[in-house]
Amino acid sequence: MTTNLDILDINNIINASKEIRKLTVECIAHLGVGHIGGCLSIADLLAVLYYSAMNIDPKDPNKIDRDRLIVSKGHAGPAVYAALASRGYFDKSELKTLNKINTNLPSHCDMNKTPGIDMTTGSLGQGFSCAVGIAIASKLKQDGAYIFSIIGDGESQEGQIWEAAMYSAHKKLDNLIAFTDNNKFQIDGETREVNSVDNLFDKWLSFGWDVHQIDGHNILQIFETVNKAKKTKNQPSMIILDTIKGKGISFVENAGVSNHNMKISQEQLEIALKELI
Amino acid sequence: MEMRNVLCQELENLMNQDDKIIIIDADLSKANGTFSLREKFPTRALDVGIAEQNMASIAAGLASYGFKPIILSFTPFATRRICDQIAVSIAYAKQNVKIIGTDPGLAAELNGGTHMSVEDIGVLRSIPSVVIFEPVDNTQLKQALPKVINYNGPVYTRMFRKETPDIFDKINNYKFDLFKGDLIQEGSDVTIIASGILVSEALKASEILSQKNIKPEIINIHTIKPIDEEIIIKSAQKTRKVITCENHNILGGLGSAVCEVLSKNLPTPVETIGIKDIFGEVGKLQELKNKFEMTADDIVKAYYKLKTKFN
Repeated sequence: MTTNLDILDINNIINASKEIRKLTVECIAHLGVGHIGGCLSIADLLAVLYYSAMNIDPKDPNKIDRDRLIVSKGHAGPAVYAALASRGYFDKSELKTLNKINTNLPSHCDMNKTPGIDMTTGSLGQGFSCAVGIAIASKLKQDGAYIFSIIGDGESQEGQIWEAAMYSAHKKLDNLIAFTDNNKFQIDGETREVNSVDNLFDKWLSFGWDVHQIDGHNILQIFETVNKAKKTKNQPSMIILDTIKGKGISFVENAGVSNHNMKISQEQLEIALKELI
Repeated sequence: MEMRNVLCQELENLMNQDDKIIIIDADLSKANGTFSLREKFPTRALDVGIAEQNMASIAAGLASYGFKPIILSFTPFATRRICDQIAVSIAYAKQNVKIIGTDPGLAAELNGGTHMSVEDIGVLRSIPSVVIFEPVDNTQLKQALPKVINYNGPVYTRMFRKETPDIFDKINNYKFDLFKGDLIQEGSDVTIIASGILVSEALKASEILSQKNIKPEIINIHTIKPIDEEIIIKSAQKTRKVITCENHNILGGLGSAVCEVLSKNLPTPVETIGIKDIFGEVGKLQELKNKFEMTADDIVKAYYKLKTKFN
């Protein structure tokens, strides 16, 4: 596990984030449709987690004292699979089975199908509560693991998120580090217009969390903030990532609200891959 | 002794033996009799407050780490309130979580309609992999708990929490099997299949019928899913008439489950005693049983209805 980044490390993570974006758009384009927007918005975070922040071993996905990642916004499965494949959890060629019958890579994360997935998620709000249970479990076992969880800003409209927020602060779960992918869009429109979750920083602060708000596409900032969060005592940490839904591929970014689950043609794939070099 | 006291004693024994067992309450530990466990097991007896969704998914997280969590609430809040969490976090994710709900159906008494689960079995029966168990008395509960807790997979236990008539302590060497029904009394004229608090009504009905030389066979189905098909078919072959008795909606519960077994294997006339697809209301248990037509007399009437219609 890296504690300080030198320029080589940063370049390594930046390259990883490009590869995660590339593999994500490739597998979604192979199928023709997918949750591209919310995958691309967390690609930089996934690169930091899988390439430096997490204590994991791709050769031993069930390593007993590993750090865990619970992607509560389970529809970002394709980006997580891209990260796992790029770290060698399974062969990259398997990404082409995404969402096809009998695949190990379903639309939403499934711990019983995919090596490296720590919790089955997809029904929004639940994964985050599961992460709280996992953080309690890790404390009981005193194994020193960090439990990471990613929630969406739209997902934060779920009441269960706040049940979990309240209890994890009450239990002083300082091994729990959560991220909000604050990409400002949900299926029915801009989050602010559908049901505002504005002032997220204050909301989490008032629930008793250690809160940070940073640029979700700045690798160094993400890395440094995760390190700070790891040192926080007696409080869980929330890192709000200000992100752009569809980040990294201009026509996806420009699709705005339509990029939650959008079609990607082979021609569009070629444009995307050129942008991701 | 009240059933909740047996529950607490047995949980304490099991938690002493197995440090993987964790119980999670949602502000009903005093009602469910589990409050004292937190003094003995301060790190393994949790209370999430009034947040049942969180309780269910936290349990799934604990289970994914190798613990054996048990979540507890009143039956409506342990099931319909958290249906999606049971379906996704627990059952679909294959997490080894036990669910205990108390005050099923009419047993909610003075808490009334909002707290009366008429649908919990039906709802959970349609979620794949969930085992559904309803103990009858203290003897059965005591024997069942280690088996329920050591079963690898989700099990929903819907249990009465107060004093209940003893049934199985009168049977010599009673040996509980989670997946086998219990033949309580042999008979030949009608099969009465009962669960939970309706078993004692079935036995009372049997006394009334036997005075008229009618010999009912009494079966307790304590595990509604997966149901013991063999005991049902074997008895129906003999009696050719079946009455089901349950403290639940007659749609989706024991009555439906028995009809599914019989219609596929041995089409047999069935009468169903239970809550007739209506909501509950406040009242004492006996008053409610009378009003909802779930007494021994109603079972006797059901027998004559079957006899008139199909003999």
